[in-house]
Amino acid sequence: MNEYILIFRHEDGQKVASPDQIQAWMKQTMDWVSGIAAQNKFSSGTGLPFEDARVVRPNNVVTNGPFGDIKETIGGYIIVKADSVDEAVEFAKGSPVLQGEGNSVEVRKIAKGDGTH
Amino acid sequence: MQEQELIPHLFRTEFRKITAVLCKLLGIANVNIAEDIAGETFLSALEIWPFKGVPENPVAWLYAVAKNKAKNYIARDHLFHDKVMPLIRSSSPAGHEIEIDLSAANIADSQLQMLFAICHPSIPVESQIGLSLRILCGFGIDEIANAFLTNKETVNKRLYRAKEKLRAGMVVIEFPPENEINSRLRSVLTTLYLLFNEGYYSESQDTILRNDLCLEAMRLTYMLIDNEQTDHPDVNALLAMMCFHSSRFEARKNANGEMVLYQDQDELLWDQELITKGVYYLNRASKGDSISKYHLEANIAYWHTIKEDVTEKWENILQLFNQLLAIEYSPIAALNRTYALSKVSGNEAAITAAEKLDLTTNHFYFTLLGELYKDIDREKAKENLLKALSIAKSQADKQTIQNKIDRL
Repeated sequence: MNEYILIFRHEDGQKVASPDQIQAWMKQTMDWVSGIAAQNKFSSGTGLPFEDARVVRPNNVVTNGPFGDIKETIGGYIIVKADSVDEAVEFAKGSPVLQGEGNSVEVRKIAKGDGTH
Repeated sequence: MQEQELIPHLFRTEFRKITAVLCKLLGIANVNIAEDIAGETFLSALEIWPFKGVPENPVAWLYAVAKNKAKNYIARDHLFHDKVMPLIRSSSPAGHEIEIDLSAANIADSQLQMLFAICHPSIPVESQIGLSLRILCGFGIDEIANAFLTNKETVNKRLYRAKEKLRAGMVVIEFPPENEINSRLRSVLTTLYLLFNEGYYSESQDTILRNDLCLEAMRLTYMLIDNEQTDHPDVNALLAMMCFHSSRFEARKNANGEMVLYQDQDELLWDQELITKGVYYLNRASKGDSISKYHLEANIAYWHTIKEDVTEKWENILQLFNQLLAIEYSPIAALNRTYALSKVSGNEAAITAAEKLDLTTNHFYFTLLGELYKDIDREKAKENLLKALSIAKSQADKQTIQNKIDRL
């Protein structure tokens, strides 16, 4: 069993959401995460607030962001347990993040450190 | 409470509380900022709860986050820091950090004061209703659009204009001074009355939403009763009227969503608990020495909770409509008075009275005439009902009139 990180990429992270939307997203995200947890395959996860975000570059250059510089911002991630990347991809397909045009979920294996990956 | 129900519930109850407290703190001109901070608070919940689980005390969690966000906003926004803060600071005890008070008492006070601010006489009534739904009831734009049978863009535009009016009118969020309470309360009651009617008579097919509108109007009215300074007889009368009307909510529509007229309703569907509550508030309303239109309407609604067609009932209703018309004329009251007259003095007397009303653009007028002529002159009854049908606008009204024609 491996661990995979599912990274949510949002095309427009600063879009203002209405309470109704937040409510709908909350329910969908909870349903999605609980579905994975019910199979005992959910490790951890969190959303990443867009406020107070900074990008640090060489020579101590710090900018607010990453907005404007790149098209996509990371809105959060979850770590799941899966037998294969295909299984992790199946989990990712259910993410409500994908309902947003231009959004994506990146699936990456987490290195185990014992050389078996 | 199940998680699926918890989230919508929290939105409905907490969004408006956070908004009211922040609005009170930041001033009515910053109502958008207050709404944004409340919105961001729920956005934070979205970032955490699905992954870490819902906190043990979700409300306390939301309040803590809202406080932090408000403090951050105040510290960060320059305009705020330099222009608005000194004003806020000068009104709070010297040397104290800005306190964002989300205690039950301050929430109640802030909401009540917001109610007075939104229902300020300088704000147009339609704007008052929209703002009340959004800010005091926490309704989503979708829901407001649905209730008014319009689209989101229109609602957004209306709310925008309404907020501009609040800003331009420099309305202060405060409890009105003692000598103004009566006059200010009058415009608050008008809005609550219309808010209730919006739900009760709305043509929206969404029954749950319509019920919610009525419940919200009742909740806001109750908020006034709960405060000693606004616990006036006319407020109690208004709540009594709302209770009596709401008691028939279930009975007013059949399974197909069609209107069921009063005389055809199944009284077993009438909510006895609400009728009892109505009687309670009607008693409390009778303590003063003046009679408002709410007193009269509540009394009329009370008599309608008695299904039997006893003469006493219609005598009373007729007298009440007479008084109501003396205080404030409305076509619908004039028509209802005529119906009551037919029950007391017979159809011919009512027809004579009706023909003096001159309400020939009102489909209820012709519907009533049709009803009154039914057993006297079938042709005239039909003629009037057809006229009613030709000017009725809503599908529900047309259906009701068509049913009457078919039954002739």
